[in-house]
Amino acid sequence: MNDELFRLTINDARAALRKREISAVELTRACLERISATEPKLNAFLTVAESEALTQAQAADQRLAGTQPAPALCGIPLGIKDIFCVRGMRTTCASRILENFVPPFDATVIVRLREAGAVFLGKLNMDEFAMGSSTENSAFGPTRNPYDLARVPGGSSGGSAAAVAADECLASLGTDTGGSIRQPAALCGIVGVKPTYSRVSRYGIVAFASSLDQVGPLTKTVRDGAIMMHALAGVDPRDSTCSARPVPDYESALNGELRNLRVGVPKEFFVEGMQPAVDDAVRATLKHLEAAGATAREISLPHSQYAVATYYLIATAEASANLARYDGIRYGFRAEAEDLNELYHRTRALGFGPEVKRRIMLGTFALSSGYYDAYYLKAQRVRTLIRKDFEAAFNTCDVIVTPTSPTTAFRLGEKTQDPLQMYLSDIFTISVNLAGLPALSMPCGYDSDGLPIGLQIIGPAFGEETILRAADALERSGSIARRRPSAV
Amino acid sequence: MAISDAYEAVIGLEVHTQLLTRSKIFCGCANEFGAAPNHNVCPVCMGMPGVLPVFNRRVLELTIRVGLATHSQISERSIFARKNYFYPDLPKGYQISQYERPLCVGGYIELPTGNGAPRRIQLARIHLEEDAGKNIHRPTASLVDFNRSGTPLLEIVSEPELRSAEEATAYLRELRSILRYLEVSDGNMEEGSFRCDANVSVRPCGATELGAKTEIKNLNSFKFVEKAIKHEIERQTAVLKAGGKIMQETHLWDPERGETRPMRSKEYAHDYRYFPEPDLPELYVPPELVEQIRAQAPEVPAARRARYARDLSLSAYEIDVLTQEREVGDYFEAMVAAGIETKAAANWTMTEVLRASNESTETFSNAVPPPAQTAALLKLVAQNEISLNAAKTAFAAMCKSGQDAATTVKALGLAQVSDEATISQVCDQVLSAEADKVAQFHAGREKLFGFFVGQVVKAMKGNANPKVVNEVLKRKLAMAGRPSPSDLPSSGA
Repeated sequence: MNDELFRLTINDARAALRKREISAVELTRACLERISATEPKLNAFLTVAESEALTQAQAADQRLAGTQPAPALCGIPLGIKDIFCVRGMRTTCASRILENFVPPFDATVIVRLREAGAVFLGKLNMDEFAMGSSTENSAFGPTRNPYDLARVPGGSSGGSAAAVAADECLASLGTDTGGSIRQPAALCGIVGVKPTYSRVSRYGIVAFASSLDQVGPLTKTVRDGAIMMHALAGVDPRDSTCSARPVPDYESALNGELRNLRVGVPKEFFVEGMQPAVDDAVRATLKHLEAAGATAREISLPHSQYAVATYYLIATAEASANLARYDGIRYGFRAEAEDLNELYHRTRALGFGPEVKRRIMLGTFALSSGYYDAYYLKAQRVRTLIRKDFEAAFNTCDVIVTPTSPTTAFRLGEKTQDPLQMYLSDIFTISVNLAGLPALSMPCGYDSDGLPIGLQIIGPAFGEETILRAADALERSGSIARRRPSAV
Repeated sequence: MAISDAYEAVIGLEVHTQLLTRSKIFCGCANEFGAAPNHNVCPVCMGMPGVLPVFNRRVLELTIRVGLATHSQISERSIFARKNYFYPDLPKGYQISQYERPLCVGGYIELPTGNGAPRRIQLARIHLEEDAGKNIHRPTASLVDFNRSGTPLLEIVSEPELRSAEEATAYLRELRSILRYLEVSDGNMEEGSFRCDANVSVRPCGATELGAKTEIKNLNSFKFVEKAIKHEIERQTAVLKAGGKIMQETHLWDPERGETRPMRSKEYAHDYRYFPEPDLPELYVPPELVEQIRAQAPEVPAARRARYARDLSLSAYEIDVLTQEREVGDYFEAMVAAGIETKAAANWTMTEVLRASNESTETFSNAVPPPAQTAALLKLVAQNEISLNAAKTAFAAMCKSGQDAATTVKALGLAQVSDEATISQVCDQVLSAEADKVAQFHAGREKLFGFFVGQVVKAMKGNANPKVVNEVLKRKLAMAGRPSPSDLPSSGA
């Protein structure tokens, strides 16, 4: 097994580490070697922190050898989306404007993971400032899908999804503003959890859209997702929007039970133009759920048809302010200029990529005097309606099941010339962010090209245990035969 | 009031005041003036990627204090907003402020008008925001100091109800006095902890609509506020009289040239694109908190003025002087409480105490002795232990030395001699040395009595009790021959 340590799940690695069957250094080396072997094909990592990772692994081994019980993720090698500030480790957000930015502080979740004993292998590729659905918007080249190198891994957490799918790391951190964890998890055939808004601290995560951004794990299994969630969630005095609700032991919720689970199936989410294989796989999974004792019924989320439009007003408005700080004054890229206005213009013109500029302009417009009411304010009203749709739906069901993405992984370049088509690849995930709800994506089949299909399970606010329990039971039932990526 | 009979001025003031909190409004950095550049900074107030603001609850308490003192309505639920603009001293590219639903709405400030009813100036709002850093321009480079970035600021906006430069200044003084009474701000205009922008317009008398206004910035002293507003009213009146039109624009006060000049429209024509700050939850103010702060609210200047007028026989002028600064009134009251008669305490406070504090570079409480010691000193005067002049000498010494009244009087040898035997001895010496004059006195030059008193006091280095000297001299001169004149003038030391 020694040469394939990188294939371990967190759950299995944890057991092996505690029994001292393997060491954290061995496990970390295995991942680093795997990274060396696969990266030329994938480009999932923007920074590989080999020496830091080995130092952390050595410290983990000491803790594992000690008399005190080792913390939850002791010695587990993780990849970190390059949107998380890690003290002393370059954090670019896949943008030229932060190409050489080294944060002097840790994001709160990074502090938590350090305390939990995790090992950081490096920083993962993404769409610039998390704006995109294919990781093609990275300033440092796209990441490729481990199932087909001609295809995208999804985005914006494309590096995070590809790295886990390709066994470069045991799990990774992502962020999800409109689907950026779930959609790449679906396209790369792994598990991605987007928690309830406010469940996990946002402190130290480069902000895209503050009222939508949420941190979550990308993992090989649902159980690993539960383990990671427990390490990440909880109150943070540095984030005033972070919930003080106690964090449940998500793992203990995984009792394999599906009986009496009331599954809502929104009729609006099975749209024309959806890839038939996706439709088939989701419906087959629903049948399986029913066979295991769940009940499925059709529900309606009538305002979800406005979700994409609403999202692209609110998210861009917030982004236009959040990205104003990249001005070349205090840190990051600064262009040569003769005066202040030229400094601003040139720094931002050269530092940001086209999609980021497009969204800054869209958001600036939506907030402008004379347009605010018609765009931003109206979008906020629709957001409330979307949230109410979900609240009403959860009166009659425990979880809502939908496809994660209308298609499997598309080809690189296929949608780059048509932003609207790209935006529509998040059509099933975006309304969940607008409502602030927890949701996950898990594999539920493969299309005729062998590309993974994702199933989305949505829960009510703070219903992480419910969705994890359902997903874990489904995973353990063996109804979905997992296939390893063929291209790496 | 107006510069021209045909026109009247309409003035509204926007005051920014820094709050005296230990830490900044959205991070834990120290809120202090004068630290080395970029010393009091952290990732939050430097606008690093990913940082989030956390609201300082102390700011809320201080603001509610101001809201209550100005009779404002305290909003149970208010929200923060982002005000977007680019400037090097603004690290995030937006300022966290309040726009819709500010913390305090309405209210008023009353200006004293001598003996008439106070003039009431309505407030539009009081809201919270963060201060920006400071740009420092050098010949070869521009530098930014972020120490001030994130300093808590209150913006207090008046309705356009002020009618003259003098009234605007009176409003500012009263507002500053209120803030200092409440101990929420030091109100220091030179250090920028109390800043003022003025909106000025002029309209024909009797008109109800407002004319186009100019906003004047860079007013960092009371003098400049008054001068700039006067200048602007004159300028606008002249333009209107000549049949011209006032442009709505922003002016900068140029203290060197004593005039306002318009900024380029590019410098101020912002669309701030306000929207609710998603990183901060709605600010909820529990009614109990308001009541708790109300119960502990310090007295405001208007209340103190009313109390002095009601309870103490002081003139309007005296009340004005004693109430401008809370610590001055406190000092005066402490002396009265220590048993000094009101008028004496008021006189002493207005002359000796204020002089000492004005001449000193120290803070008021460090510049003058504790009021109990000053009271002890004045009691020595009342008990004829020392003369009034000696008390002034002793007070000046106490301000510098910090020693108590008794020690100072003793150390300086200021104690007044009332002992008859001692005084009698000196009188004898004086009268025998001035035998010629004694003879002239008896011959009818009664004015010489004052001379004898003066000689005795001089011989005793000013420490003789003049009353006793008078009595003893009268007796001795009478014994020396004639009965003393019944209406001899008292010398008065």
